Amino acid sequence: MTTLSTSESQLPSTEAAADQHGEHHGDHRLFGLATFLVADGMTFAGFFAAYLTFRAVNPLPAGASYELELLLPTINTALLLASSATFHKAGSALKRSDNPGCRRWLLITAAMGFLFLAGQMKEYFTLPFGLTDNLFASTFYAITGFHGLHVTLGGLMILIVWWQSRPGGRVSAANPFPLEATELYWHFVDGIWVVLYGILYLL
Amino acid sequence: MTLSLAPETAHAPAPSLQPQGWLRYLSFSTDHKVIGLQYIVCGFLFYLVGGALAGAIRTELLTPISDFLPRETYNEVLTLHGTVMIFLWIVPVVNGGFGNYLIPFYVGARDMAFPRLNAVAFWLIPPAGLLLISSYFIAGAAQSGWTAYPPLSITTPATGQIIWILSVLLLGGSSIFGGINFIATILKLRRPGLKLMQLPMYCWAMLGTSLLVVLSTPVLAGTLVLLSFDIVAHTGFFNPAMGGNVVVYQHLFWFYSHPAVYIMVLPAFGLVSEILPVHARKPLFGYTTMVYSIMGIVFLGLIVWAHHMFTSGTPPWMRLFFTIATAFIAVPTGIKFFNWIATLWGGRIALNSAMLFSCAFIVNFVFGGITGVALAQVPFDIHVHDTYFVVAHFHYIVYGGTVFVIFASIYHWYPKVTGRMLNEPLGRLHWLLTFVGFNLCFAPQHWLGLNGMPRRVAEYDPQFQLINQFSSVGALLMALSTLPFLINVVMSAFNGEIAGDNPWRALTPEWLTSSPPPVENWKGEAPLVHEPYGYGVKPGELNLAATSGRELWSLGQDPGRGPNRPL
Repeated sequence: MTTLSTSESQLPSTEAAADQHGEHHGDHRLFGLATFLVADGMTFAGFFAAYLTFRAVNPLPAGASYELELLLPTINTALLLASSATFHKAGSALKRSDNPGCRRWLLITAAMGFLFLAGQMKEYFTLPFGLTDNLFASTFYAITGFHGLHVTLGGLMILIVWWQSRPGGRVSAANPFPLEATELYWHFVDGIWVVLYGILYLL
Repeated sequence: MTLSLAPETAHAPAPSLQPQGWLRYLSFSTDHKVIGLQYIVCGFLFYLVGGALAGAIRTELLTPISDFLPRETYNEVLTLHGTVMIFLWIVPVVNGGFGNYLIPFYVGARDMAFPRLNAVAFWLIPPAGLLLISSYFIAGAAQSGWTAYPPLSITTPATGQIIWILSVLLLGGSSIFGGINFIATILKLRRPGLKLMQLPMYCWAMLGTSLLVVLSTPVLAGTLVLLSFDIVAHTGFFNPAMGGNVVVYQHLFWFYSHPAVYIMVLPAFGLVSEILPVHARKPLFGYTTMVYSIMGIVFLGLIVWAHHMFTSGTPPWMRLFFTIATAFIAVPTGIKFFNWIATLWGGRIALNSAMLFSCAFIVNFVFGGITGVALAQVPFDIHVHDTYFVVAHFHYIVYGGTVFVIFASIYHWYPKVTGRMLNEPLGRLHWLLTFVGFNLCFAPQHWLGLNGMPRRVAEYDPQFQLINQFSSVGALLMALSTLPFLINVVMSAFNGEIAGDNPWRALTPEWLTSSPPPVENWKGEAPLVHEPYGYGVKPGELNLAATSGRELWSLGQDPGRGPNRPL
C-alpha cells in the first residue's frame, strides 16, 4: 500500500482521460435518488405492514380510544396532491427559462406544504389520544410523524431551490437538477401520503 | 470525478487537496481503491475486536459454571461479538471493501458513480463501531444479542440498548448508501460496448446483494426506531404488557436479517467465482446459470424470513409456506456449488493459499448449506431451535463460507493492491490453522445442539464440558491462525517479491493495469473485455501458460464511437 509512488498516482490529464469522465456517461444523480426513494419507501412499507398486522391480530383494549376525524386529513390530501401539480408547473416554467414564474410556483408549493403541516399539527392537538395511550395511537403518531418529517424536509428543500433559482443563482434551465431532484422527492412524499391516507384513515 | 465538473476545469491540472502517501487512508478520499482499502483494514481491526470477544466466550465456556465472566457481562460480550462481526467486519468488508476496489475495474469505469457518497458511506462506519464498543465502558453494552428481540431488549438496561440501536442505524445507513452506489455503478457506468452478460460474476453478485440491501435494510431501520420509542418514550409497539406484539418485531427484524445472510454470502459467491477460474486455468462453468441462480437467491431470500420463527407461534400455513420456500433456495445454491466443482474439474489447479481457502470454502459451505436445509424443516427446527446446532450452522455459513472467502480474496488480490506477493508458506500455515481450528471449534457444536445445549447462556449442563473444551481449543487455533496472516501481510508489504502487473495471468480487467493501479485506474483508455473467463480458447491458438492475458482482449477498440453504440 505504501509502495505507491507519487509519480504513479498522478494521472497525466490527457484529452482521452478527460474525455472518459463526462461524455460516455450521463448524469446518474436522479437514478441514484430514485434508488434511495425505493429504500425510503421500504421503511414506510415496514411501518404499514406492522400497522396492518396490529389491526389484524391485536384487539383494541376495552375503554381505549382510537377514533380519527376524516375532514381535516381529506383537506390535507387535496392540498398535497395540488402541491404536486404546482411543483410540476414550477418545473415546466424553469424549462421555458421563465425563472420568475418558476419561483412563484415554488413558493406556492412550499406554502401548501407548510399549510399541510399546520393541518397535521391541528389534528395532533385535537385528537382524543396521545402517543402512549395504546398500540394504535402509537402507530398512528409514528407513521404520520415520520411522513411529516419528510414533508418538513421537502418544504425546506423547496425554499432552498427557490433561493437558488434567483437571478444569477445556480438553478436555471441549464442546471435544473436541484429542482428536478426536489420535485421527484416531493411526488414521492405525496404518493406515500395517498397510501397512508388509504390505510390509516379509510381502512 | 464529480459529474457536474465543467469540461474546461477537467482539463486543467487539478490542485491536489487530498493528502498523498499513506495519509490518504485516513482522509476523506473519494478514490474507490482508497475507500475499498479503508473498508478492508477498518473491518479487519473490528474483526480482531470481535475475535477477542469470541475468545472471552469460549474461555467462559471451558467450564459449566459462570466463573470467567459474570452472567450479565457474558450477555454483553455475546451481543457485542455478534454485532461487531456481522455489521462491522463481514458486511462492510465483503460488500464495501472488495466491491469498491473491484467493481469500477469490472465495469471499465474510473470511479464509482457517486464518489463523495461513497466516502460518506465509509466514514459512517468507524464512529458507529467506536460508539458500539464504547457502550461497554459507558453503561454496559446491550445484552439482548444481535437480534435485540423484545421484550428482552426492552427490559435489559436501556442505555446500552439505545447506543446499540444508534450504532446499527448508522451502519444501516452506510450500507444503504453503498448499495445505491453499486446499483448505479453497475447499471449506469459500464464502459460502452460492455454488456451485462459479459460482466465478471462478482458484479452480478454485488448487483443482487445491493438490491437486497436497498429493499430490506430500511425495514430494519424503521423497526429499530420503533424499538427505541418503546425503550425511551414508553410506547408499546412490541411490549405485550402494553398491548403490543413481539412477533411483529420478529417479522420485521427477519425481513432484513434473513436477506442479511445473503448480503454476507452472495458477494463471497461472486469473489470465489473470480478466484477459482484463475487458479484452475479454466473458464467459469455455467456463467448464465450462475447469473440466474444469483437472481433466484435474491428473490427467494426476500420471502423466507419466517423460517427463523417456527417456534414463535407461527400458524401452520405459514410454516408450510416458509419451509417450502426455504427448501427451494437449495436449488440455485446447489447450481452454484456444482458449477464451482465443474470449474475445478479437469483444471490445472494451483494449490496456493487463495485456492486452498476457496476449496475450504466450498467444503464448509456445503456442510452449512445441508444443515440449513435441515433447519428449514419444522419438526427438526423445533427440536434444535435456540441450541448450539443453530450456532454451528450459522458459523459454517458466515465463517466457513464468507470469512474463508475474504482470506482467499486477500491472498488473490494483495499483489494487485500492493504490487508485492504474499509469502506462500506462511499463507498455507494460516490456511491449515484456520481450517483445522474452525472445524474443531464448530463441528462439535452440532452435537451439543442436537443433545440440547442452549445457546447464549454462560452456564450449561456438566455433561457437555468435554465437547465444549474441544470447541474452545479450536477457537484458540483460530486465534493463533491470525498471527501468521498478520506477519505475512505486514512483512510482505515491505519485503514481498515484486508481483508485476498480472502475476496470476488472469483475464479480468483489474489485472490489465499496473500494480498498484494508478489513480483513475488506467493510463489511457480502459480495456474492453469480451470474455472475462476466456481461459478456454482453442488449443494451439494461444499458449495459456505464457499469455499475460492481453491477447484475449481487444485494446483500444471503442464501439462507443461506432454505429453500434448501445444505449
